[in-house]
Formats: sequence, C-alpha cells, structure tokens
Amino acid sequence: MMRSAPLPETTTMHFGLTQEQTLMQHAIRELAAGELPPNRRRALFDEGTGFDPDLWQRAAETGLAGLVVPEEHGGAGLDLLDLALASEVIGEAALPGPFLGHSLATIALACGGSEAQKSEWLPKLATGDTIGTVALGERGDVWDPAGWQTKDTGGVVSGDKQFVEHGDRANLIVVGTAGGGLSLVEGQSLGRSEVVDGLDRTRRLAHLGFDGAPAEALAGGPTAADAVCEAGRILLAADAFGASWKLIRMTVEYTLEREQFGTKIAQFQSVKHQLANLAARCEPMRGLFWSAAYSFDHLPAERAREAAAAKAHITETAVDIGRHAVELHGGIGFTWECDVQFWLKRTMFDRTWLGSPRAHRERLAQLSDW
Amino acid sequence: MDLEYGPEYDALRDELRAFLAEAWPESQRDHAAAHGIDPQAQRAFIAAALERKYLYCAIPTKYGGSEQPFDALRESIIAESFNAAGAPWRLGAQGVGMIVPTLLEAGTEWQKEKFIPSTLRGEFVWCQGYSEPGAGSDLASLRSTARLESDEWVINGHKVWTSDAADANYMFGMFRTEPDAPKHGGISYLLMEMDQPGMDVRPLRQINGATHFYEVFFSDVRTPADWIVGARGQGWQIGRINLKHERNLGGGSLTRNRFDSLVDLARSTRIDGRPAIERDDVRQRLAALDAKVRCCETLTLRQLSSAANDEQADDVLATLVNKLYNTDLGEEIVQTGYDLIGDRGLEAPKDSTWTTISGGGPDADWVDRFLFQLAGAIAAGSSNIQRNVIGERGLGLPRDLRSPR
Repeated sequence: MMRSAPLPETTTMHFGLTQEQTLMQHAIRELAAGELPPNRRRALFDEGTGFDPDLWQRAAETGLAGLVVPEEHGGAGLDLLDLALASEVIGEAALPGPFLGHSLATIALACGGSEAQKSEWLPKLATGDTIGTVALGERGDVWDPAGWQTKDTGGVVSGDKQFVEHGDRANLIVVGTAGGGLSLVEGQSLGRSEVVDGLDRTRRLAHLGFDGAPAEALAGGPTAADAVCEAGRILLAADAFGASWKLIRMTVEYTLEREQFGTKIAQFQSVKHQLANLAARCEPMRGLFWSAAYSFDHLPAERAREAAAAKAHITETAVDIGRHAVELHGGIGFTWECDVQFWLKRTMFDRTWLGSPRAHRERLAQLSDW
Repeated sequence: MDLEYGPEYDALRDELRAFLAEAWPESQRDHAAAHGIDPQAQRAFIAAALERKYLYCAIPTKYGGSEQPFDALRESIIAESFNAAGAPWRLGAQGVGMIVPTLLEAGTEWQKEKFIPSTLRGEFVWCQGYSEPGAGSDLASLRSTARLESDEWVINGHKVWTSDAADANYMFGMFRTEPDAPKHGGISYLLMEMDQPGMDVRPLRQINGATHFYEVFFSDVRTPADWIVGARGQGWQIGRINLKHERNLGGGSLTRNRFDSLVDLARSTRIDGRPAIERDDVRQRLAALDAKVRCCETLTLRQLSSAANDEQADDVLATLVNKLYNTDLGEEIVQTGYDLIGDRGLEAPKDSTWTTISGGGPDADWVDRFLFQLAGAIAAGSSNIQRNVIGERGLGLPRDLRSPR
C-alpha cells in the first residue's frame, strides 16, 4: 500500500518529483506491465466493456483506489499532484478501469462530505470494494455546476446525467445538482442506465436517469463541486500527457523498424523533424500539469486558472500528437489492428469529457479579467 | 515539489529592494530609458553590486569576482530583481557570458589575470568571431585563417553576425590554423585586439532596418603567438566550453513580459468600435498563448530547480526543447500582435533597440518585433538544427548524414 511521503528535509525550492513519487509511478508501470500485456489490452478493447474486475482488484491492492483518501479513513492521504502523476502513468498505459470517476468521487467526499459521510464511504472507496463515480454531464455539452438541472428535492434526485464514467458499474454515484451541489446516490437505487457505445473503450460510459432516487446531499456540496471539476480537468490533462508521450515513443519505435526506399524511415529528416516537433510540443506540458496540480494543493488563488489552462492546452495538443502518430504509422496506423488508436482515443476522451478546450479557454480569459 | 523559496530568500528580496532604491533609483532608470545607459553610471552600479557580492559569484576573488558557493536560487532572484528595476548589471554578453567562463576553464594563468578582471569591470568589451558567410549551421567549415609568423599570428578572412563589434576592443574567435588537419581538428581559439590596421568593421543592416550586428574583414591582422586559448587545433573543443555554461534561466519571464504586452495591445486596440480583447477570437488566441507561456515558465522553473537541487540528467528533454519552444511561441505572439495592429502594419519599423524588441509597454513596436522575431529560428542554433538535436539526443533517432568528426 502506498503511504504518504515524508515531509522533505530541506526547504529548497524544488519543482520536480520526490523519490517517493518516482517510485509510485514506477509501481504503476510495473502493475500495468504485469496485468495488462498488449494482448490483454487488445482483448479488453475489442470486447468493449472497458472494465476488468481482476485488474481493478489488483490496482486497488497496489493502493490506486485510495491515493487521496485521508489516512484516517484508510487511504494514503496523498495530494492531487500524486494522483495526477498516477493519472499520467494510467494514460501512458491506457489502463482500463474506473480510475477517473472513482478518484473524483473520492475527492468530492473528502472535500464536501460530513464526518459521518466520510466515515461511511471513504474506507470502502479506499479499498476499491466500493467503486465510486461522478455524474456531472448533462444534455447540451453541459458540464459545469452552473448549468446543472438535475434536482435534489429533500433527499430525492430526479434528472438525466450523461457520459458518466462507469456509471452502470459504480456502487456510489456523486451527482451534480441544480445550484451547484452534490448528492450521493447508491448504485442499486438508480432508475435507468444506458451504456454508451463509447469511443475510448478503456473507459466505460453510461447515461443515467434518476427518477426520484433516494439521495443524501453532501454538506459542503458547492465548494466540493468546484474542487471536483478542477481536479477532473487536471487529471484529464495528466492522463493526456501520459498518452502523448506514449504515442510519441511508440511512433519512434515504429520509424526505427519500418523500412522504405531501402532504409529505416527514421533516417529521413522529414520524419525526424516531425517527431522532434511533437516532442517539443509535448515535453513543456509536463510542467503545466505539475504546476496546475501543485496549485490545486497549495495555491487556491491560482488553481482555477491553472486547471483551465492545463485542460485546454494539454488535451487539445495530445489529440493532435495522436493524429501525427497515426500519420507517421502510415497505412497500418489507419487500421483497427494498430494499437495507436488506443491512445489517440484516450486523448479524444480527455479532450471532450468535462468540456471542450474552447470552453476552458474562455474560462481562462474570464479568470484573467480580460 | 515545493515552490516556496524559504525565509532566507525572502530576506534577500527585501535586501535587494533596499539596495536598488539607492544604487539604481527610479530617476536613474527613467533617465536610462530616455537617453540610454551611461557607461559611467553602469560601471558605478556594477562596482556597488559587486561590493555587496551580488555579481560574479562563480569567479574567484583574485580575478575580480565575489567567489561564493553556487546558489542557483540566489542568482536567479538577483537577476530577477535587477531586471525588474531595469538595472544595467549585464555587461556585454560576449565578455562576462562567454569569454570569462572559457578562460576560467581553459585559459593560462596570465590570460586569466590580464583579461578577466578588466572584462568584469566593463573596461574590456568583447565580440565573438565565429560565423562566416560560408559557415553558419556548419560552423566547423569556417575558412578564416591564422598562420604563425615567428611570434605572431597573421589573420585573414571574414566573420559575420559579430554583435558589438564597433564597441568592442577585443575579439575571441575560431580560426583555421592547421590547413591539413581534418575539419574540426584544424581550428584554434584566438584572442586579438580590435583596434589595429587590417581590421575592418562594417555595420550589417538587418531586415528591420536596424544595425545590431557587424561583419569583420581581416587583412593581415596580428595577435601575439600566446594569445591562444588551449592548444593549436583544439579551438573547436574550447568553443564548446561555454555551451556547458549556457543556462537560459530568464527565458520564461522574458516570454511572459512579451505576452503581457500583447494583452496590453489587445486591451488598447479597438476593432469595429470595441476593445479587441472583448472579441471571442482574440480571447481564444490569448488564452491558448497563455497556456504555452505557462509551459515556458515551467521549463525555466525546472531548469532552475535542477540547478538548485543538483539534479541533472533527469531533465534532458526539457533542456533540449527549450529553444525551439520559445522560438515557436515567440513567433505566435508576434503574429497575433501583427494581426491586432491592422493597418499600422503598413508602416516601417521605428528605430529599434534591444529594449523595444524585448521589453513591454505601450510603445512596443509590433512591426519591428514581427521582423526581429525572424532571428529566433536562425540565430544561436537554427530551428532545424534544434530539431536534429531533439530527434537524435532526445528521441534516439539516427544521426543525419554529415561530414565525419
């Protein structure tokens, strides 16, 4: 089980990772390499379920389900930065499972739950026995608290939510409600659920309908709703960053194998420069998601702006990197058989879920007083 | 991760504020902005800063430095504070930035004693003789020659893109001394006086009409036999020394200043009767740029953090991509600016100085910036050379076809 990192001994400014953080990323890479060999990932993708109970179990045993659950509730008590670093590797591995929704449900409870709510749910979320998710999206590409129409009337929730990650598998659903609040609904009390034929088959989506489902509002709902949305933007950015580097690396490998005109295509300067441009666009984004996550943890005045910048810029650039990766793979890249599609579609999910880059750029403009 | 600098650095900032209020007050700053920097005032400022040990920390006291243990954070805070106050702490980049570290590492004792202290005081001003008309990206193909005649080198040839050549009293540069040796092995690193017969310095008029660079023609120019750094034929290695010292710590904040002045422009420009900044297309472009500027700032922060915490190797890619990223972003910023100024883009640039190019403020000349930015992809390692380096050293792609080393 991962545990929170000891406080650093020195006070020197440090914009980098601790040894513990590097080890945590390494542990998730090992987990992915062991539990998710390429043929398993391919099989899961072709099945289209986006969920593998054994994989979830193993990930939870490694501590992935409870990274940001406070220690007193059985989690590792880590920061959002640590969770973002985990998301980076999850994106790099295109790890199927409910990591995103589960993490955000955890954050909602940790930020907005009453003591009783926390004590009831956080320990179960930490072990992964309860799978959590967040139901935020509504019809019309609505993602933000200000636009939520779903009603919680005296402990009864009614309304429709769209594109809920693992919405039909989750045992605990944190529902965004009119007025920007959050309410807890247990999975079995759901009215309707309709599984979406999703683009990114590593992350299952469902539309949910609540017809008077029994619910319990989170005490600190509105504050927690902002935190959930901002954390979500950062985690999607981190995931897209991990996927971007994976796309570049796998394309580099391919160009070192593929021969045309009697030589490896990596030998051609046009190919080398195209890849160098991708690397030059990708690497600087690392600091952007680090800094956004650090702001979430330590600089409340900056965090909304930073989260918007990271979400808009990183997820949009990641999709473009994915498109170049397909181009550089040539004809094979256009086929279903080629693995590039896993990561391209991962970045497309990251770009679209929680709102478009355009929407987040406008948010950034407003937050900058332009 | 911890972005707090700690109390000793907060104290340093206060101390610097007090120092600057006396050594470079606002009156002097305004005067310099209006009339240029007076060399006398600059020397006085540098002497005062050196007395307080704010400058030349890596240089031994006996050569005129302040000789202190390396502290990247302290150095960056000092540079930041001095820059913010417009203080003239930076002497010509070629002297303190290039020849001094090179001599410290590879110079003889008499060379260090003769050249370093005077350079630090601003008495010796240097220019750099590297590029030639036929030797740009392929610098090692340079053809200017130096041949030893009894106790003097006799130099002939032609150098270009020589910054500060008209003000410099000394030049360091690379010259072919071993005509029969292979390309890289035939070059030596020589020092020479500028004020002598046979040295012809001509201004080079740039695409923006201004003159920041010169070309230098050598006809039997002379320099003593021992004004060579390193051994004969080692010039290529010597020339690479200062690459190690090159740390572009200010890159991020410079780009942020540029971007801030773009936002000012968008506020003050009216399109169809309303401020440009209220238009959706402008807001979208600015927000997209803002995220990239933030990326630049974090690249700088990562380099500073690596230096402060003595972590190296980790961040190779961040270092490799830094120049290309800044260049491409600089390009996007000036394109947006040029777009915003509309028909003013038909006017020729005003007299340009380094301040109008890099600084902010309402007087920023976006035509001039638009033209000057073209240098970004060409100077100090062209963008296509950067792409080769990123591909080869960063991604492990095969080397290009090039002449053997």
